[in-house]
Formats: sequence, C-alpha cells, structure tokens
Amino acid sequence: MSSASGRGRSVRTRPPTILVALAALGAVFFLIPLAGLLKQTPWSDLPELLTSDVVLDALRLSLISSIAAALISLIFGVPLAWLLARVDFPGRRFVRAVVTLPMVLPPVVGGAALLFALGRRGLVGGPIYDSTGFLLPFSLWGVIVANTFVAMPFLVVTVEAAFASIDQRYEAAAASLGASRLTVFRRVTLPMIGPSLAGGLVLTWARALGEFGATATFAGNLQGRTQTLPLAVFVGLESDRGAAIAISLVLVAISMLVLVGLRDRWWGQR
Amino acid sequence: MVVSLRLLVEEWKVRLGWWGVCASALLSLAACGSGASPEPSGQFAGEVVVFAASSLTNTFTLMAEAFEDEYPGADVQLNLAGSSTLREQILAGAPADVFASANEENMKRVDEGGELGSDPATFATNTLSLAVPAGNPGGVSGVEDLGNSNLLVGLCNESAPCGQFAEQMLATAGVEASVDTNEADVRALLTKIGADELDVGVVYVTDIEATAGVDGIEIPADVNIVATYPIATLTAAQNQELAELFVDFVLSTEGQGIMTAAGFGSP
Repeated sequence: MSSASGRGRSVRTRPPTILVALAALGAVFFLIPLAGLLKQTPWSDLPELLTSDVVLDALRLSLISSIAAALISLIFGVPLAWLLARVDFPGRRFVRAVVTLPMVLPPVVGGAALLFALGRRGLVGGPIYDSTGFLLPFSLWGVIVANTFVAMPFLVVTVEAAFASIDQRYEAAAASLGASRLTVFRRVTLPMIGPSLAGGLVLTWARALGEFGATATFAGNLQGRTQTLPLAVFVGLESDRGAAIAISLVLVAISMLVLVGLRDRWWGQR
Repeated sequence: MVVSLRLLVEEWKVRLGWWGVCASALLSLAACGSGASPEPSGQFAGEVVVFAASSLTNTFTLMAEAFEDEYPGADVQLNLAGSSTLREQILAGAPADVFASANEENMKRVDEGGELGSDPATFATNTLSLAVPAGNPGGVSGVEDLGNSNLLVGLCNESAPCGQFAEQMLATAGVEASVDTNEADVRALLTKIGADELDVGVVYVTDIEATAGVDGIEIPADVNIVATYPIATLTAAQNQELAELFVDFVLSTEGQGIMTAAGFGSP
C-alpha cells in the first residue's frame, strides 16, 4: 500500500458518477438474465425435476466428460505450454495460432471439423474405424474429445503466459546447486506457475462443462450416452421447459460455487 | 466440404435466424417510418417474415422467389428452423408474419398463445422415409433395421415433429429403435447421414430428393404416418394483408405446384 493511495482514501474523493453509473449498468446486464432464470423457475417441482433420469444422466455425463477433458488438457497442455514458452522452434507462431484457434472459432465449426477428421469416414477416424471398428462420434469418448478440443486452449494460454513470465534465473540457480531437472521443476518452476496452472485448469474445466456446439455436432445427442447438461437444456427448452430451467440452475450453481470458491484460494486475494 | 458448410449454415440459422430476421425487420420498420421505402405496387409492397419448418427449406425458398415474382414490391424473409424452435420464438414475441409448421401440434400451441391472425389451413402432406448414405453401406433393407444395434441409427429429437412422427411410426411397426443420436432437426440428421457418419435415419420422403448423398428406402404405408402442414398468419404481422396474400399464394395452384413438384402431397 503506497502512501499516495492512503492519502487518497483519507480525503475520501468520490468516484466519478459517470463511471459508477456505467459500471452499475454493466453489472446489471449480467444480473438480469440470472433474475429471469430464477423468476421462471418452478420451485415447487424442483426436487422432482432435479432427480429425474434425464437430469441425473446429464449431470453424470457432464461431470465425467468435463473432468476427463480437464485432466487430458493437463497432461498434454502443460508440455505444450512449456514448449511454446521456452523453446524457439520454427513454426512456433503457427503452432500457437492453431492451438488457440478453438478459443475464437464457433464451437460448431470445431465439431464439424472433428467429425470430418475423426468420424468413421474422416481423415484419421476412417483408417482407425476400418482396422479396429473403434468409433468416436456418438460415444462418451466423442464428448470428451469435443470438450478437450474446445477447452484445452484455455489451459495452454494461461500456463504459457506463466512459463514466459517467471524469471528463469531461479531455475538456473537451483540447477547450478545440483538439483536435477525434475527437482527444479517440482520445487522451483511448479510453485511459481502454480496459481496460473490452477486458474487455467478451472477455466478449462468450466469451459468443458458448458460445451454445447462441438458436442452436439461431433458426438450427437442421446440421453445416458452423449447428452450432457447443456444439450439437455437445449432439448428441454423445446419440450419440457421446467426441466430445462432446473438444469440451467444446476449449471449456474456449479459454476458459481467453483468460481467463488476457487477465486479466493488460487487467484489471490483482492 | 459442401457438407460441412451446410452443417454450419444450418446451425447458424438455428442460432442466429431470429436475430437476423429481427434486425432486418427493424431496419425495414425504420425505412417505413421515414417514408423512404419505395412502393412500386401499392399496398402489396413491403416485407413479409415467414417462419417455416426446416423440412420446407427448399420448397419455401422457391415459394418466396415465386411470390416475389408475382408481387414485385414484396420481399419475403425466411426464418427456417425446427417447428418447435419457431413456435418458441413466436411465443416469445418474435416479429413474424406467417408461420408454416410441420405438424398440427406446434400450430395449436401458437394458437393457444393467442398469436394466430387467421385460421390455420393445411397446405401440404408428407410421409416418412428411411434415409441412408448413398449406396446404402450399412445394408439397410427396412424399418426393422432401426432396431439393429450394429448400425448407427439417428432420429430427430422428440421435440421436433420428425422425431414425434418417427416414434409413432416405430410404435405402429412394433420396432424398438437402437438409437445412437437424436438430432435437433431433420437437416442436422440428414447432414450426418449424407456424411456417412450414420447408417440410417428416419426423415421425410421429401428430404430424400432434396439432399445430395442420401438415398431413400420406402416405409410401407401400413406403418407410415401422414404429416399435415398447417400455415397461418400471425397477430404480430406488420402487414396483415401481405401476410394473407402469402398464405393465399401457398394455397394457390401455383404454390401447390411447387409443393407437389418437391414430393409433398396436396391436401
């Protein structure tokens, strides 16, 4: 805390009205849809709706697929982030662009691309299907692949920034004192990128949980096999609105819980 | 590539269709307000926003062109999506002038919502067909193959008319389908069949001709259903007269000719 800001507080300058007004409008913009959702909620039927087969199946599939996607992203995303941050190889810019592409691409485009690459007539999926009969679309694996494709960039981008920003002299010092590469990573690098890694992982998981477009296009929609919470909401809005709203509430609740709970712990106190 | 583009277009139509229509309707409204819009053919000029079931994609595109030829001042804006999606949009206050549904149920729900400006009139009938990828790689021969768990089977979602009709047909035929995916509407289903990612699906007879890369396998009349398509104007219509004119045109000899040429039955 600098003395300048301390003085500012003691004088109690009021924040500019126009800024406060705009900020309040901005916040209201995010609150109103939530209020709309709550107003439409059939509260008395809620317990029954939330324990219906459709909701329980979708909840199970959503949790499995989003957690799996986050873990797969961790396994492949961290090395990828390290490579992009630390190794100057030809085509690095291109690889970085390709890896972050799913963040800006409409998810349905990603789903279509996955279908034409990994479907049974796809570039890679075709030969695999012909030789082993293994099929990604219309299966839980397909959901996980779609989730990972859309969500992993969030981990890579976050962790790459962390790798790039830490002072490599700490690692060099540890190594010069005889620490093995593994020890350096475990005792020096990991603690330094820890908060970014955790934050990136949460973002990745949250993005996977909310995934809709790529899943519907690539993995299809079948209750109990590929129908995750967002797909169940989409279907429900046209056939059973009460159930759709109940599922939406579940998604809002899970997301809020995670954002509020983890923000303080991992993203630093504000 | 063609298939993938089509998939995207369909998806974006579903997602953005209403907003596109909304924006264009607002623009035209603004134009009318400022008195800037030309009126070459008197009262029959202006925009008519038609919400039509996605199984009408091809026929209503032709219908719109023919209508605009007949009334040069008219401009038809089509919003094509699953009937139940359209129903929800209309009930939520979408600025639509005409609703053409793929079943009676959605029209009834719109009527109950007090949104109908005229009594619904049946303008077409349709029946179901099995759809398989060109060349029938799955070796599908009839309705009973829908129960084969070794085949990849797709239906429309139960909230879409084609899904409800398929359920009826399966119940009549006594077949329990081994479903691998329930697609949002008939176009999404056809895209996956056309890409040979599904072995068989249940679609409308009229979709077979209209879709490249898809072959049809007949469903016997004794288990098949007859879908009736109702059309009506909406109370939200900005230009009730033009909306009625469009409905009349669909029911006219010329309009019916467009429907039957595409394989629809004439009521």
